[in-house]
Amino acid sequence: MTNRSVPLGFAVLFGLGLAACGGDKPAPQPAATPAPVTAAPAPEAAKGPLKIAFVYVGPVGDAGWTFAHDRGRKEMAAELGSKVATTFVENVPEAADAERVFRDLIGQGNTLLFGTTFGYMEPMLKVAPDSPDVKFEHATGYKMAANLRTYDSRTYEGAYLAGVVAGKMTKTNTLGVIGSIPIPEVIRNIDSFTLGAQRSNPAVKTKVVWVNKWFDPPKETEGAQSLLNQGADVLFQNTDSPAVLQTAEKAGKFAFGWDSDMTKFGPNAHLASAVINWSPYYKKAVKDVLDGAWKKDASWWGVKEGTIDLVSISDKVPAETKAEIEKLKAGLKDGSFHPWTGPISDQAGKELLPAGQTADDGFLHKIDFYVKGVEGKVPGK
Amino acid sequence: MDGIAPLIASTLSAGTILALAALGLLINERAGILNLGAEGMMLMAALAGYATCVHTGSDTLAFIAGAAAGAASAACFGALVIWFNTNQYATGLALSLFGAGFSAFAGIKYTQEKLPERPRFSIPVLSDIPFVGEAFFKQHPVVYLAILFTLALSWFLGRSRGGLVLRAIGESPESAHALGYPVRRLRFTAVCIGGALVGMSGAYLSTVYTPLWVEGMVAGKGWIALALTTFATWRPARVLLGAYLFGGVTMLQFHLQGQGVNIASQWLSMLPYLATIVVLVLISRDINVIRINMPASLGKPFHPTS
Repeated sequence: MTNRSVPLGFAVLFGLGLAACGGDKPAPQPAATPAPVTAAPAPEAAKGPLKIAFVYVGPVGDAGWTFAHDRGRKEMAAELGSKVATTFVENVPEAADAERVFRDLIGQGNTLLFGTTFGYMEPMLKVAPDSPDVKFEHATGYKMAANLRTYDSRTYEGAYLAGVVAGKMTKTNTLGVIGSIPIPEVIRNIDSFTLGAQRSNPAVKTKVVWVNKWFDPPKETEGAQSLLNQGADVLFQNTDSPAVLQTAEKAGKFAFGWDSDMTKFGPNAHLASAVINWSPYYKKAVKDVLDGAWKKDASWWGVKEGTIDLVSISDKVPAETKAEIEKLKAGLKDGSFHPWTGPISDQAGKELLPAGQTADDGFLHKIDFYVKGVEGKVPGK
Repeated sequence: MDGIAPLIASTLSAGTILALAALGLLINERAGILNLGAEGMMLMAALAGYATCVHTGSDTLAFIAGAAAGAASAACFGALVIWFNTNQYATGLALSLFGAGFSAFAGIKYTQEKLPERPRFSIPVLSDIPFVGEAFFKQHPVVYLAILFTLALSWFLGRSRGGLVLRAIGESPESAHALGYPVRRLRFTAVCIGGALVGMSGAYLSTVYTPLWVEGMVAGKGWIALALTTFATWRPARVLLGAYLFGGVTMLQFHLQGQGVNIASQWLSMLPYLATIVVLVLISRDINVIRINMPASLGKPFHPTS
């Protein structure tokens, strides 16, 4: 073998390999799913399908947050058929580059944009004034504009219901929560989980660890393992992967699914999954635009509207607890039950909500404290 | 204090990922090749291992597949860098990006898959010893393999002829070439073996540590392994120490959070990185030690002039 035949051989192999790969197109980026436009235009659809774009922070296959959004998109598109043409862009980070993606999508003719994570708030606010004919919907944000409104899911209701199950199933009276980022939404979920558990088991304690990411399976595994090492036997999470459930499964303890139904990742450990269902809201939002009824208002939907639910409750959970969950869901649906009903005190014992009083949305948005029963300090306070 | 034994057990497990990857990179770097593609290689190997385990149910095959994926991608890198003399840094980064994208694409349908029931391991008699048993003897075999690799590599580099030749190639490829050693072929072998170890690390991550596949699941561990090799001044034993230190402090910071220690969680999250850097820098603070240990031709292309 001469000195030159070796690299030549590699070059040939490399080239063949690339040619073989050249056939399929890698497409983790925009995947357009246009619905077929009807041949004879229907009387009211003189302008063709509404072009809608979704921007996701993670991959649609994450079995979690983004997966739930995409499921909502698909169900909305299936119901509205030829009236809409949807497309999505995934893995767009919560940074300045998101602005470019939004502008790009507007340039492609999309007139309704969904930004599915908190961090798109500023980029969307920058883009909105430049395109007054485009409607913007921002998930989990709090700033609006003339053509930008927010929507959110009352995940704390799912957390509370999960807590009710956890309180019954724990034997060590220690619950563990793997927290993502210490923002009010997550702190509220931790508190709601604890309040739910205290409903049937006033002696429970909740330990919290923060991974400071929404999604990081190895870190979530380490955090979960650490909580189990410290005596927690039921785990709850606000992170987006099934790693916590799997860690619980390996250790023979219990955990919940979050964002989507995670039963199959830990069949023995899985107690229930708090599943977010965005399709009711997406159907309403799109119909608003189609009917010309879009108004700048903030939607915060929960069990009542079908945006959050506790599903796939395991058979290991006693029947009376399951019945209680159904009762609470009915109460949430008809407005007779509110998880944040006083008396509720913080860790120091100071009463923040007097007996009988229910918290309004303003109170809920500003929660930055742990309730009694949660151990540790809120980061950054 | 309760929880110390599980803490040690978790440390060993967490540290193994970094240890295997960093040892593989160490072999590369001792030969003078800097492979920045560690992250991409680990991702592709993680996917290869996971996919193999999903289809065959075999742990062993998964590790072989991971090692093969790591070696294959390292081979491509090696061919470009050694025979075509492309810039090592740029090529490595390209491999990293390619690995990340390719694994995400090829792994799309595996995100919803699940591995068969994971086996539990423990060494028969030793794992019953009260404290030590749980801490040290209930690990996956690959954890012990990593320790063996470290010892073997230490011996190989320090006391064997092959190791001497490898180090010579890393220090002065021109001299080695003048002596008649096939420098480029040996470098390529080192790159492939190193890639295989990095691949095993990726497979361990996706089949043992966090048994699932999601894109980007390596989450920066490849880059940490690269830094670890440098901070440990290219000595296998220090690499292992650094890896366990990192893994240990990671578990410790979660432990502290759970105990309600009054330090912001963001500071605690930084702790593993800070601790590893500080300890290794202290160990290697003598500039002469660094000069002696750093392979002199690291990152530089080699042209045989004859």
